[in-house]
Amino acid sequence: MQPFRKLTGIAAPLPLVNVDTDQIIPAKWLKTIERTGLGRGLFESLRYREDGSENPDFVLNREPYRRAVILITGENFGCGSSREHAPWALLDFGIRCIIAPSFADIFFNNCFKNGILPIVLPQETVDLLMHEAESAPEPVFTVDLEEQLVQRPSGNEPIRFEVDPFKRQCLLEGLDDIGLTLQKLAKIEAFERSQRLQQPWLWPSAA
Amino acid sequence: MSGPKTLFDKIWDSHVVDVQEDGTCLLYIDRHLVHEVTSPQAFAGLRAAGRKVHRPETVLAVPDHNVPTTDRSRGIPDPTSRIQVETLRRNCAEFGITLFDMDDVRQGIVHVIGPEQGFTLPGTIVVCGDSHTSTHGAFGALAFGIGTSEVEHVLATQTLLQKRPKTMRILVVGELGFGVSAKDVILGIIGRIGTAGGTGHVIEYAGPVIEALSMEGRMTVCNMSIEAGARAGLVAPDGKTFAWLRGRPMAPKGALWEQAVAYWRTLPSDPGARYDREVVIDASELEPMVTWGTSPQDVVPITGRVPDPARERDEKRRAAMERALAYMGLEPGMPMEEIRIDKVFIGSCTNARLEDLRAAAEVVRKSGLEVAPNVQALVVPGSGLVKHQAEEEGLDRIFVEAGFEWREPGCSMCLAMNADRLQPGERCASTSNRNFEGRQGKGGRTHLMSPAMAAAAALTGRLTDVRKLVA
Repeated sequence: MQPFRKLTGIAAPLPLVNVDTDQIIPAKWLKTIERTGLGRGLFESLRYREDGSENPDFVLNREPYRRAVILITGENFGCGSSREHAPWALLDFGIRCIIAPSFADIFFNNCFKNGILPIVLPQETVDLLMHEAESAPEPVFTVDLEEQLVQRPSGNEPIRFEVDPFKRQCLLEGLDDIGLTLQKLAKIEAFERSQRLQQPWLWPSAA
Repeated sequence: MSGPKTLFDKIWDSHVVDVQEDGTCLLYIDRHLVHEVTSPQAFAGLRAAGRKVHRPETVLAVPDHNVPTTDRSRGIPDPTSRIQVETLRRNCAEFGITLFDMDDVRQGIVHVIGPEQGFTLPGTIVVCGDSHTSTHGAFGALAFGIGTSEVEHVLATQTLLQKRPKTMRILVVGELGFGVSAKDVILGIIGRIGTAGGTGHVIEYAGPVIEALSMEGRMTVCNMSIEAGARAGLVAPDGKTFAWLRGRPMAPKGALWEQAVAYWRTLPSDPGARYDREVVIDASELEPMVTWGTSPQDVVPITGRVPDPARERDEKRRAAMERALAYMGLEPGMPMEEIRIDKVFIGSCTNARLEDLRAAAEVVRKSGLEVAPNVQALVVPGSGLVKHQAEEEGLDRIFVEAGFEWREPGCSMCLAMNADRLQPGERCASTSNRNFEGRQGKGGRTHLMSPAMAAAAALTGRLTDVRKLVA
C-alpha cells in the first residue's frame, strides 16, 4: 500500500448526501478480477450522459476538478454494499482523501486498506470547506496526516481532524495488515487450542 | 468486563485473540462465506505473497451474483461474468475450499445457503465480502460484511482487526396486523431511524414481535440492518433457532449438538444489560410498507402518498427528495396505490426463502388473478434446495399458471449483475433490499416491499394494498 503522509491538490465539491456505493461504482463494473482500471466507471451515471459522452455539469468533468485528489461531500458517504471496488475506483481516478460529516462503516474501513484517508468533520466545517472548494480560484488544499491538519486555499486557520491512531500509523507507513497479524500467529494458535476444547462443535475434524 | 452482558458482548468477548494499546481487537473468525465478486483480488493477493488459507474447512464458496437464472445448460453467456465464476472455481480448487458450483442443487444466494446448510451457527463470528452478511445475525451469530482486503486478511489469518462497535437494542412491541410481515417491520425501522441510524452500532432486535417471527422472518429483519447503517444485526437464539438448525448438514451432531445447545442457551443478553442506544417500535402501528424514493429510508405505508419536498425543512434533505422524485418519475401527493409498475422481482437474500415464496403464492392463489398485462414478474428462489422444496409443494405451478416466470437461484435482479435487469425508466415492485439509483439496471426505478405485496402488485399492475386482495 502506498503510504499517505501529506497530500496537496485540488479538492472537488460533491454536495450530495447518502452517496451509495452503487453510485460510486455501478455493479456492472464489479465483474473485473483486477483492482485497477475502475476509474472510468467512477460515478458513471452522474459523470456520463445516455450516449456515453461526458456530462459537463458534473463536477469531475469540469476544470480544475478533473485533477481532484480530494473529495468534499455530504453525510453517510459510501453507504450500501461492501464492494471495495468503490475505493479502488476513487483511487484509480486519483482521489486519495474524502472529507465528509460521516461515512458508512464498511466503506470507511475499506478506504484505509487502500491508502485513502477518509476525514470526518462537523457539518459546519464541511460546509465551509465545500464553499472554499467551490469558490476559490485555485481550490488547492493540503491534507497533512502527520500534523492532522487540513490547510485551505484561503490561507485561513488550518482545520484539525481526528483519526484513529492505529489506522493513522498504518497509513503513514503504508503497512501491510496481514504481515502484521501473522506476527501474532502464536496467539492465534493459542486461541484455537482453547476454542477447540471449549467449543469442539466448531472443529468438525476434532469430532 | 463484569456485570450483565449483552448477546453482542458475549460473542465479541469470546473471540478476542489480542487487544492493542489503542483498543483495536484482533478477532477470531469462525466462518467465512465467499462469492465470486469480492474474492478474486483477495486470492490473487494470497498468491502474490505466497500465503495459504489458514483453515480452508471454515470457508464455504458459491457463485451467486453473476449466475444466469434461466437455462444453465450452456454455461454463462456473458464472458466477463463467466471469467469471474471460473476464477472462483479455480481459486477454490487451488486453496482447498468447498464450492457449491452452478450445477449443484445446494447452490444459491450466499446468505440463503449458509443457514440452510447449518454453516451459520449461534455464538460464532461469520463474515463475507458482502454487506448483507448481517442476515446470519438471525441465528445469534455476529455476522458482518467486509471488503476484499479483509477477505484476504481472514483467509490468511482467520482473524480481523476491529474496533468494538456500539450497541443498539431495537425493541419491537405490539402485534403485527393482518398482511404485515417481517419486511414491513424492517422497512418501518429504517424509515424511523434512517439509513445512517445504526452507523457504528450492532443492532440487537428484541421484543415479542421478533420472538414471534419465524427464522426466515428474523433473517429478513437482520438482512436489512445494513440499510439502517449497522454492519450487524442480532437476534437471541432460542428454541426456534435450535429446532431450525437441528439436522442441517453442517450443524453439529449427537453429543456435540447437545453440548452446543447448552452453550447457545447461555448467549441471550443478561437481564439489566446496557445498550448504547435503545429504540422502541410499536408494530401494531405498522402497515404494509413501500418505498417511494432512492434510499431505503424513503418509506411510506401503502395507504399513504408520495411525500412533498416543500414540507421538508432541512435544505439538504429537501434537495435529496427532489432529486429522488425526479429520478423516480413521481409527483408529490400522488397516492402510492396509483403507481403503475412494469416489472416484479420476488427474490434476493432478503426475501427468497421458502416462507417468502409461500407468502407470495398464497396471494396469487387466494386472489385467483393472473399477472397483469404488460407486467413481467420473476420469481427467483434463494437456492436450489428452496426451489426444489417449493416445487414439492406445487408453488411453482401456482406461479407459472398465473403468468410468473419461475427461475433458477441467484442474486438476479437485486443488483443486475446477470442478465436480469430493468431498462431505463422501467418501474419495479421488488422484494430486494436497495432502491438506489441504477441498482436494478441503469435508469431503473425500484419500490421495495414484502413478497406478498410484490405478488399483489404483479396481479394488478400497480402498487397495491395486499390486504384488499386476500381479505
